[in-house]
Amino acid sequence: MSKHTALYSEHLDLGGKFLDFAGWEMPLNYGSQIEEHHAVRRNAGAFDVSHMTVIDVFGEDALAWLQLLIANDVGVLKEGQAQYGLLLNQEAGIIDDLISYRRGADYRLVVNAGACDKVLAWLDQQAGTHKVDWIHRMDLSIIAVQGPRAILLFKEACGIDGSALSAFSFFETPGKAKKQSGWMIARTGYTGEQGLEVILPQADAPGLWRSLMSVGIKAVGLAARDTLRLEAGMNLSGQDMDESTHALESNLGWTIAWQPSSREFIGRDALESVRKSGCPLKLTGVVMEGRGVLRHGQKIVGKSGYGIITSGIFSPVLGYSVGLARVPKSIENNCEVEIRGKRFPVKLVKPPFVRNGQKVYQ
Amino acid sequence: MSDTPADLKYSPSHEWVRLEENGSITVGITDFAQDALGDIVFVELPEVNMRLEVGEEAGVVESVKAASDTYAPVAGVVVEVNAILEEEPERVNQKPYADGWFYRLEPHDISDLEDLIDAETYLGLCKEEAP
Repeated sequence: MSKHTALYSEHLDLGGKFLDFAGWEMPLNYGSQIEEHHAVRRNAGAFDVSHMTVIDVFGEDALAWLQLLIANDVGVLKEGQAQYGLLLNQEAGIIDDLISYRRGADYRLVVNAGACDKVLAWLDQQAGTHKVDWIHRMDLSIIAVQGPRAILLFKEACGIDGSALSAFSFFETPGKAKKQSGWMIARTGYTGEQGLEVILPQADAPGLWRSLMSVGIKAVGLAARDTLRLEAGMNLSGQDMDESTHALESNLGWTIAWQPSSREFIGRDALESVRKSGCPLKLTGVVMEGRGVLRHGQKIVGKSGYGIITSGIFSPVLGYSVGLARVPKSIENNCEVEIRGKRFPVKLVKPPFVRNGQKVYQ
Repeated sequence: MSDTPADLKYSPSHEWVRLEENGSITVGITDFAQDALGDIVFVELPEVNMRLEVGEEAGVVESVKAASDTYAPVAGVVVEVNAILEEEPERVNQKPYADGWFYRLEPHDISDLEDLIDAETYLGLCKEEAP
């Protein structure tokens, strides 16, 4: 039996086509995923991402414990700031990526739906004698509003002005207000566009969703969410990286806070030794300007070695296919991809491919 | 439910076939197929003058979701292809039985059409395949 978010009947009313995603019956598209993609690049789109897992962490040792668990340093966060980071295992394999929000002395983590059980089990396992506690907030919904006009239209829809927020910052509405009580409004997203992510009580979600629709924001399914994040060069946990890969071969070295060197986060020793011996692989962007579509699992062939496509899509903005691939660091930039037994020229580039609606790679 | 015109013949591999007045046949993919594939981004068509056997690969449709082969529903020689699909593959999604046609064949033996299935039988197959 699949789980449904609080917006399930809204998706039905909008003619959503569904898929099972990590045990949730979620909208794949509402007609054309390419139209939904363009709506986010040109105007604004709304995503129901309530399947993602919200975990509130509190207690005397909350900060110290998260500094042990997360490879980025949540210690640098001030009240109202958020940060992207990774949960690593002892071998530096990536359990999941997450966003951490600092709320006073407490923290909120948002992790992927597909990693929910694994992450909760990991937290249990790592609790030890730390004075911490956490709650899996199954009473909340998450709506992302993304696109060049998203912040403006969001204000038009519900009156809340997110325009003063800088990237990776957030505010919360008062917890005891009569309306819109306890909403977290964050300037974050997974599309490469401006926008907000709103975490709010389930009971408020359908009302907000309908007012977003009423101001001309388009409902966007998970299919377009994937093409948007990939154009933006963002990794998908479980696909571009997992417990068998580490941050340095996943284009995520920037999320590792090596300083202070005294901070012994889980996976640090393993990463240090990779760093010392040199990492032979990298995760890079792939562009195929000819016909055809790059897809997960295809082989990249260079003169000096092989690689593998981890994600591939047809890019609606560029009009051709782009992807991510894990390849030897020494591989040349002009190589080939093997598709259905034939080889086609591709170019390796540094992601992202698209930012704010425009081509950005070289 | 997907659109399945009663005056066409169908193959179990989701091609439709229309017999034209000049004895050639037009081939495309069905509404059910385009809907299952999602937005179509590339269509690879056979070349004009190419000889195709029944069930032979006749090109590839790439959608946002997957790549999928198309097969010749009857044997014959390709006499025309819908070149506009190179630039506007979305026509297959929009009008699979009209603007979104793929190619025309001069069939070797017109009676081969009798081996194809009718709309009702095809719909029955789709129901079994539907998620």
